Amino acid sequence: METALTLNHFLFVSGVLFAIGLAGVLVRRNLIIIFMCLELMLAAANLTLVAFSRFNVQDGQPNYDGQILLFFIITVAAAEVAVGLAIIVALFRTKETTDVTKVNSMKY
Amino acid sequence: MSFLFYLFSALALMGGIGVVVNRNPVSAAFSMVISFLGLAALFIQLDAFLVGILQILVYAGAIMVLFLFIIMLLDVREEEKRRRPIVNIIGAGGVIVGFIALVISVLLRSDVGKATIPTLTEVEGPGTSDVHRIGELLFSTYWFPVQIVGVLLLVATVGVVVLSKKELK
Repeated sequence: METALTLNHFLFVSGVLFAIGLAGVLVRRNLIIIFMCLELMLAAANLTLVAFSRFNVQDGQPNYDGQILLFFIITVAAAEVAVGLAIIVALFRTKETTDVTKVNSMKY
Repeated sequence: MSFLFYLFSALALMGGIGVVVNRNPVSAAFSMVISFLGLAALFIQLDAFLVGILQILVYAGAIMVLFLFIIMLLDVREEEKRRRPIVNIIGAGGVIVGFIALVISVLLRSDVGKATIPTLTEVEGPGTSDVHRIGELLFSTYWFPVQIVGVLLLVATVGVVVLSKKELK
């Protein structure tokens, strides 16, 4: 039963997590939860980076470039959350809702 | 090792499903914490200790507190029980199934993905931890991106302050 872990295991988990986040963005109507699902997709991409970094061993050490890209992704995600939540608060002040189906004044 | 992998990836995926399924935003936020804890454990299993700890500190700590703070500040109620349009669910399900099928077919075709985890050579002594190596790379090869990210954080801070003001003059 003890099968060795391959790169495919990690990439598959990452892909499924990304798909779950995508499903959330498509199905949910609450803006805050859509935003959480975006974060979930970013985190799933992070898992891919770490897996590739670990499987690309040079001189007995993992390739740290992938982990550094992840470091930048985390920083950008944090900045994005701060700005996005400020936009949601501003939207809530004018529209009194976070439901995306009720925020459609620019639709037509 | 592979038992832990299955345990923590199940944790991450269940948390992710919880975010999508829970109608109550606070429960969704806590499901997301669970998902990120599972992911951080996977990172640590991949010997990326610094990144795993950062994942917990930044995502499960800072970002989730921000989300919960906003949820409670805005007093977001549960979504109404009204049935979601069935077309939406079918469309989203189709996209998801297609995406996972795509991932599986790509993974089955690639030879790269069949590699098992290569062993690392243990080195002792100062300057060999991954914190040290990542820090050294960040402040030598990647110093310019670090500066850019600093500017980005400054812009985000100023932007948030401007967005949160009552009226723009």
